[in-house]
Amino acid sequence: MSENGMSKSARRDPAKKRKKSSADQTQLQTILIRFSRHRPAMISLVLLGIIALFAFLGPFLWTWDHTVYKEIPSNQPPSGTHPLGTSAAGHDVLGQLMRGAQQTLKVAFTVSLLSTAFGSVWGATAGYYGGRVDAFMMRVVDIFLIVPLLVAAAAIAGNSGAGTSWSAIALIISIFSWATIARVVRGVVLSLREQEFVEAARASGASAPWIILRHLLPNAAGPIIVAATLLVAVAILAEAGMSFLGLGIQLPDISLGQMIGSARTAVSTRPWLFYPPGVLLVLICLTINFIGDGLRDALDPRQTRVRR
Amino acid sequence: MTTEYENKGHTAVADTDDVVLEVSDLSVTFPSDDGPLPAVRQVSYKVRRGEALGIVGESGSGKSVTSMAIMGLLPRNAKVEGSARLLGREIIGLDDKRISEVRGQRIAMIFQDPLTSLNPVYTVGYQIAEAVHAHRKVSRKEALARALELLEIVGIPSPEQRLKQYPHELSGGMRQRVVIAIAMANDPDVIIADEPTTALDVTVQAQVLDALQRARRETGAALVLITHDLGVVAGQVDRVGVMYAGRIMEMGSVEEVFYRPRMPYALGLLGSLPRLDGDRGDRLTPILGAPPSLRDLPSGCGFAPRCPMARDRCHEEEPRLLLVEEGEERRPAGEGEVDLHSAACHFSEELIEVDATDLFKVTSVDTEGAESVAEVERAEALVSEARDGYLDEDGAAETADTSAEPEILLRADHLVKHFPIRSKGLLRRKVGAVQAVSGVSLDLRERETLALVGESGCGKSTTARLLLNLIRLTSGEVSYRGRPIQGLSDRRMRPLRKDLQLVFQDPFASLDPRMTVTDIIAEPMRIHGSGRQDAGRRVKELLELVGLNPEHGSRYPHEFSGGQRQRIGVARALSLNPKVLVLDEPVSALDVSIQAGVINLLEDLQDELGLSYLFVSHDLSVVKHIADRVAVMYLGGIVETATTEQLFSAPAHPYTQALISAIPLPDPVKERTRERIIVTGDIPSPADPPSGCRFRTRCPKFAGELSEAERTKCVEEPPELRDRGTGHQDACHYSQAVELI
Repeated sequence: MSENGMSKSARRDPAKKRKKSSADQTQLQTILIRFSRHRPAMISLVLLGIIALFAFLGPFLWTWDHTVYKEIPSNQPPSGTHPLGTSAAGHDVLGQLMRGAQQTLKVAFTVSLLSTAFGSVWGATAGYYGGRVDAFMMRVVDIFLIVPLLVAAAAIAGNSGAGTSWSAIALIISIFSWATIARVVRGVVLSLREQEFVEAARASGASAPWIILRHLLPNAAGPIIVAATLLVAVAILAEAGMSFLGLGIQLPDISLGQMIGSARTAVSTRPWLFYPPGVLLVLICLTINFIGDGLRDALDPRQTRVRR
Repeated sequence: MTTEYENKGHTAVADTDDVVLEVSDLSVTFPSDDGPLPAVRQVSYKVRRGEALGIVGESGSGKSVTSMAIMGLLPRNAKVEGSARLLGREIIGLDDKRISEVRGQRIAMIFQDPLTSLNPVYTVGYQIAEAVHAHRKVSRKEALARALELLEIVGIPSPEQRLKQYPHELSGGMRQRVVIAIAMANDPDVIIADEPTTALDVTVQAQVLDALQRARRETGAALVLITHDLGVVAGQVDRVGVMYAGRIMEMGSVEEVFYRPRMPYALGLLGSLPRLDGDRGDRLTPILGAPPSLRDLPSGCGFAPRCPMARDRCHEEEPRLLLVEEGEERRPAGEGEVDLHSAACHFSEELIEVDATDLFKVTSVDTEGAESVAEVERAEALVSEARDGYLDEDGAAETADTSAEPEILLRADHLVKHFPIRSKGLLRRKVGAVQAVSGVSLDLRERETLALVGESGCGKSTTARLLLNLIRLTSGEVSYRGRPIQGLSDRRMRPLRKDLQLVFQDPFASLDPRMTVTDIIAEPMRIHGSGRQDAGRRVKELLELVGLNPEHGSRYPHEFSGGQRQRIGVARALSLNPKVLVLDEPVSALDVSIQAGVINLLEDLQDELGLSYLFVSHDLSVVKHIADRVAVMYLGGIVETATTEQLFSAPAHPYTQALISAIPLPDPVKERTRERIIVTGDIPSPADPPSGCRFRTRCPKFAGELSEAERTKCVEEPPELRDRGTGHQDACHYSQAVELI
């Protein structure tokens, strides 16, 4: 009897009915659940976690680091003592690979965070104010967009001599990659600012920073996060490109791009120098793109149904 | 052109047995991941030649799906059962080729949105001719001649030119008339019109309905008019079927259903409707609860969970549609008894001589989430407690001195707002201006409701935003309590924002989807420096105040229905103890049975908290119900302003008169016998308004009554608002008060 009453009442109150399925979860939980049902994204997340452990914990556990050792014989193919072989100068390739992945990941995530933070605030501000402010801010964005990232980054790194530390390289890449984020966010904000809830906040006396930070950016979170994950891949490739050109991280320190660059002549003769960093690089880019896909789906509010 | 309305469209049907469309036991089920959705269940009706049948229902009642099923326009996966016979021939289940022969030729359909039902890349003439060609072997010339003739019938001015125009060059009302012309191109036997005027303004709606009736007369076709608007039904059809939860709940002549409803739902709908012919003191009666989800229909009568007289039998046994003629046994209508009144209710006889207010409870709390009268009463107790608490904290509302002349809170003086039109390209030079508001002056006094009324594009919403300093004035002055506020910076405006708050039209767009309800309501307080805990406590109070469950604060807006969300919007606006609420079409997005509760809420809040409302609306019935004074806007200017009493009893400006007479009354006899003042054409573009009096291009007086010399004055001299004594002002050189209701 009482059970019957319960089901009847649930039927009549749509809010209450949904409570059972989704309202008890916070929005964050809903997003996490949706994300966890996105199979490629979850596999990628696990894989990326393993790569991160390998890069950051690995050096503490492995005998050799990325520097040259006298006792390492040069140009050895993979063996028991050196699972990925050794280089001509006497590096352990596995040790190099760990360090290289670590530096590459650090650069990539720093770039992603820096340019996303700056780019989204820049874009949201331009989009919110509109008019002349928007026109001016977006011309600045255009300038940064038309300069080819690699050329500009190479020019700065080559002339300032800053190219030795990973943080300097991350900063340089960031300077030339925030513009894409700014453009994406501005587009989203242009339509968001016409929504009535923004006007409601203005009518309550909210300042522009309040509206941008509390209303516009959270509502643009989906596209922002997707763009941020794509930037990770862009940064990795940019860093690899710079290192390849000899303008990125310098020896004895190492990055994946640099390893690939120095092994380019040895692809056929000593493949163990080329393939491990190459495969790892592709793997990082792929996993991050899949994670981006998963996040985009999980954050899209139009997706009311949880993916099965 | 004041004409006694002759009810030509409402033809008595001579041949009672000439049934052209007979629908019997039609059911439509959509498959879904959560099981089958029965959108339409055992719908049966007959339509006779030349007759007009109305199908009314709220959104989701299955009224459109029924007609789509008859037309064979449903997606393939929909399961359609039952039969629909057109002139004795079964049309359900015909293959594509066969149904195409019927569609357009024998049965034609008119859709809601005239923008999407015409192809933008072909001329109007081509599209009408195409419809003619589809079913007849005629030459191009003959088809075009027919198109011209059709445009004349539907009342499109200068039809020769229109033939060569593209849809985007025509206004919404004009396009809908083209659609009607296409529908009648092949002299169909049945025309189905699905919400044909919902997207249009009232004065244009009147024109389109007129065209529809002319089409019916001309072709002799039967009309099935699907609408949610009880007023339209009352005036346009002979018989009406009321749909709810996929079934027809009541069926009969309009007079029977409107004056003697025998099903609580129909009675409830009529009681929840604010009426142009009602008194301001009348309270509306919202219907408890919300329409059931198709996924999870109640076992007995679909309306039982919301019905105040439901008993055990109602929850167990689904009532059939049976005759309710007095003195007769309840039985299904027989062969020749199409005209008789029937209802699907076990206890129809108990509704004899019952009024909506006897059955339904007048309340202002949220009835959508409520499950029982007891729950509503509990919520009401909470509300009154919350109101007491509110008044204690905010003593200001009580200090209002009733003996003195109420203070003028908000005053606008010659507001002008022009939006620049810029050229495309790099320079973006200013090439013109949309004169959205041109010279509006008004006063809003303490504890008063001033309504700003007009059709879309008249500048009423812009005026509301100018008053709140949300957009910059081009010129003019706004003052709050004597202090000018125009041009104040955001920072200097902020303290005043506490007193001046805004409630929006769209309950879906006005709440940030990523914030919880508590955060949304608390936001204004946080902006003005309240701590999180203080704000949190007050949010609970505010939720109670607007009749919502205070425990629902942690939910997100998408978990609430339209009326509940609108209440959240009101709670947010009240959070800073404002003096003035600007309400921008606060109820126009809601179904009528829910709208009533929100209107009641607004009235209660005003009484108890001493608020002043600026009520922006296009709906004169709601305005009549809620406002003390009304200002009517047309094309950026106020054309008439008066107390509600004066304005509705003796409107003086021809536009006001036309507007009032264009609102359909939900009363069949009054609606058909009332005097009408009809305007022609569409609202001119505010980028290029007519010289002199802006209304002259559509003015029935200008067109029909005035002499040449008098007209010159209208063309050359813009009329000023002039007092007719007792504060009733109008802006017309030749105004003349008329009694219309």
